[in-house]
Amino acid sequence: MKKIRLILVGMTLIALIGGSFTSCKPKKVGSLMAGDAAQKVYVAPGKFDDFYFFTSGGFSGQLGVYGLPSGRLLKNIPVFSQDPTTGWGYTEESKPMLNTSHGFVPWDDSHHPELSKTNGEDDGRWIFINGNNTPRIARIDLTTFRTVDIIEIPNAGGNHASPFCTENTEYVVGNSRFSVPLDGKDDVSITTFKENFKGAATFIKVDPQSGEMSVAFQIVVPGFNYDLARAGKGVSHDWMFFTSYNSEQAHNLLEVNASQNDKDFVMAINWKKAEELIAQGKGKKIPARYLHNMYDETTHSATSKEEKEVTIITAEEMPGVVYYVPCPKSPHGCDVSPDGKYIVASGKLAATIPVFSFEKLQKAIENKAFEGEVSGIPVLKYEEVLAGEVQQTGLGPLHTEFDDKGFAYTSFFVSSEIVKWDLEKRVVVDRAPTYYSIGHLCVPGGDSRKPSGKYVIALNKITKDRYLPTGPELTQSAQLFDISGEKMTLLLDFPTIGEPHYAQAIAAEKIVKNSKKFFKIEENTNPFAAKSEAEAKVVRKGNRVDVYMIAIRSHLNPDNIEGIKMGDEVYFHVTNLEQDWDVPHGFAVKGANNSELLIMPGETATLKWTPTRTGMFPFYCTDFCSALHQEMQGYARVSPASANVPLTFSGGATAAESK
Amino acid sequence: MKNLHYKSTITTLAIAGLILFIHACGSKTTTPESVPAPEANVVIDTKAHSDSKGVGKFTDVKLEAIDPSKADLGKAVFATKCTTCHKLTADKFVGPGLMGITSRRTPEWILNMITDPEKMMKVDPVAKKLYEEILTPMANQNISETEALNILEYLRQNDSK
Repeated sequence: MKKIRLILVGMTLIALIGGSFTSCKPKKVGSLMAGDAAQKVYVAPGKFDDFYFFTSGGFSGQLGVYGLPSGRLLKNIPVFSQDPTTGWGYTEESKPMLNTSHGFVPWDDSHHPELSKTNGEDDGRWIFINGNNTPRIARIDLTTFRTVDIIEIPNAGGNHASPFCTENTEYVVGNSRFSVPLDGKDDVSITTFKENFKGAATFIKVDPQSGEMSVAFQIVVPGFNYDLARAGKGVSHDWMFFTSYNSEQAHNLLEVNASQNDKDFVMAINWKKAEELIAQGKGKKIPARYLHNMYDETTHSATSKEEKEVTIITAEEMPGVVYYVPCPKSPHGCDVSPDGKYIVASGKLAATIPVFSFEKLQKAIENKAFEGEVSGIPVLKYEEVLAGEVQQTGLGPLHTEFDDKGFAYTSFFVSSEIVKWDLEKRVVVDRAPTYYSIGHLCVPGGDSRKPSGKYVIALNKITKDRYLPTGPELTQSAQLFDISGEKMTLLLDFPTIGEPHYAQAIAAEKIVKNSKKFFKIEENTNPFAAKSEAEAKVVRKGNRVDVYMIAIRSHLNPDNIEGIKMGDEVYFHVTNLEQDWDVPHGFAVKGANNSELLIMPGETATLKWTPTRTGMFPFYCTDFCSALHQEMQGYARVSPASANVPLTFSGGATAAESK
Repeated sequence: MKNLHYKSTITTLAIAGLILFIHACGSKTTTPESVPAPEANVVIDTKAHSDSKGVGKFTDVKLEAIDPSKADLGKAVFATKCTTCHKLTADKFVGPGLMGITSRRTPEWILNMITDPEKMMKVDPVAKKLYEEILTPMANQNISETEALNILEYLRQNDSK
């Protein structure tokens, strides 16, 4: 405890002595900005940005999409949280996406967007993001910008070290930030932590064609806190690196008790070897319960499937799969250089950055240069794996991304800055303050084999005096820096939705060419679709009333419905018959206890409505679609349960003829 | 909405901007595309016959005897993509009733209106006038050229009854 206080006092002193470059608020902000900053971020009206920028929604559970360099918000993709704007998690079709083994979970904490990769480069097919709270990984299809796949991770707590992917998206990974006992064996005393609590390094297979995820195997590892991960590249292709802290295995007051050891670990996993062992039948199938939810773009519906077992191997029983590399002071990020030769780990309570050499790691393993072992796993000698340390960096290094010119960019949370350093020489060449308390940072392609050397974006936790105040809760923000020259120059601040833990950016042309414009009505196989005006109808089965409704500029059909009774469950299945880009229709009915529908052209979406009183209930299109949008409306009459009102409906051509 | 010309580099944008800038110095500025106001002294009766072929992919269509099998195919597409707005009688629904359409309009006009309504409503005087009268734009239902030809057969069949 005293030791920690001393460290904090020391850090404060250093920060004060450090003066302008480490302080939170430099006096001359203007002088740090390029004179032509406005020109560099100005994207003229009607013109497109150069990059898509995907930001984690943090505690919003979603995924933000921005354009760079303008910082314009393009979309907020619903992933783990219900979204009444689009009906995500409210419509009958999308509700299964949020099913878990704990039942329906309407929220999560999303952290790390990860673009799919081919040959180590971002390919623009999918983007993955992890749910930290109820451990899950989601896959978003970048032709539709819609979440199409969510898989739950068994035996895990706090899926933070996720969903980083291997060079050809063979696997995306997950691991526990909060180690827990294996499922079904978890009703134990918390004081048995060291004995019973385990990490679960999870390898999720991604089908190369369809993208469908499945849990391939889990490696049971000692119960530390696994924080982040990166896959090897090129020479280190077969390896995955995780950081861990709390090697003390504390289970209370971690703030103090997990910061006792001078060094924690980078965990190096030879996933290729693990894959081989599993193929040889060395894995063990254990019972597990987790859900896998898939969204189908022809039925426009999601389905949940319950999985009942998982294959595990235990690290200590499988020599050659897992090694620990000591790393100073509770490492956070561990990032692999574009050529795969270096692993940069950042001790978040340290002031130096150790750079490990993959070549030396291989040699150390070969020579058994171990300093001991932890829970049966060899611990390599720090010096034997180290390529060198970057000295006098800043305070609290967190994450590193790379450019195309041999430089690394590391974020420093405590001293609130980005430090640029030379990867080979390991010397600092530039630093730039951020406003304030940067977490992750992003270079487009900065975790891939081919980074872009154009921008680095700081993802800040605190904005204090940077924007107009909005009461106690303030926005988080991103800051765009030009890195094309020797010095980093600040170009733009822009707010983000939720906490932008991490973000990835990709050249726009990789996505634009595949962007879907509408769903073909001929391919719609939703069982409740009304694919023409003639198919519009209302059907009663007991107390269930199905309304097969069509929407097109500018009417809904049926638009007059009578004969609904109290106690009925009404399903409005609305099919948008438009076959053109940018013509969604909305649907809302008075008193609905869930949300609206937002239906893309060619799609069917269903709103369940249980009337709570008798009376007249207007419904209407909520998305201004045409000059006669205000006319796009109808009525549903609800009568008492005992009433004799027959079920009738009208609309469209039928109604026009009856005039 | 349809403008998909994607500029991938800042350089291109910058050069384009520069050219526009220089261009703007010596000549008139360009105005954004929009539907121009109707010309006051030209009266168009949308219910009357017009010889306009419209604008679009169809410039010269030779009609032969009505092909019933094509008309059947046209009927199926019409049911999904057209009946939401058009009736086969003379009665206006959302859009005009289609009875007699094949004598009021040229086959090219009909085909162009089906396949590229946005362009027609911007350029063709009859289509422009129809839009002013109806206010709901003719929807682009992404109907292929073959499908449009089948629909034409179906409309001809309807008018021959």
